[in-house]
Amino acid sequence: MTKSDLIENVAKNQSHLAPKDIELAVKELLETMSQSLSRGERIEIRGFGSFSLHFRPPRVGRNPKSGESVVLSGKSVPHFKPGKELRERVDNLFQQSDSSE
Amino acid sequence: MALTKADMVEMLYEQLGLNKREAKELVESFFEEVRLALENGRDVKLSGFGNFVLRTKKERPGRNPKTGQEIPISARRVVTFRPGQKLKARVEAYAGNQQ
Repeated sequence: MTKSDLIENVAKNQSHLAPKDIELAVKELLETMSQSLSRGERIEIRGFGSFSLHFRPPRVGRNPKSGESVVLSGKSVPHFKPGKELRERVDNLFQQSDSSE
Repeated sequence: MALTKADMVEMLYEQLGLNKREAKELVESFFEEVRLALENGRDVKLSGFGNFVLRTKKERPGRNPKTGQEIPISARRVVTFRPGQKLKARVEAYAGNQQ
């Protein structure tokens, strides 16, 4: 499912709103989420999951072409932890199809 | 402070002028559609943000950390998130007092 599929599906549920508004809203939601993370702020959505930052400490890497050592500074990377409902639902149909084999 | 659904509803209300009920339904629907896709075995690719990718895990040996007793961890399907280049780049510079 891509972003445009997601927009379409949300629009089907919210047929009283103009599709253009839904598109804008979905894009704004993703932008708000990105902004929060870039400020170091967590995202917590019950039943879906939480996003936070994990810090990767500085390390010495190598330029794969020249073999030279380069010092790479520390950085933050986004991390997602699925919530209980999402974890269970993602596994549910899988377990059913698995046991029917 | 963490970003919550309530904050997202507020944002849609203020920025797009949706009423609170519309905004709330839209935010719910947004997360529910992602859950539905994943539940039905479809990866979700949100360009600029990241991809939610399903992974199937085989059964593997595990251990009850309290009792030390060995118990198998059953085969299962799990969801992982792979942040996109754009999100990674925006987040990278943050070096605040996390963890």
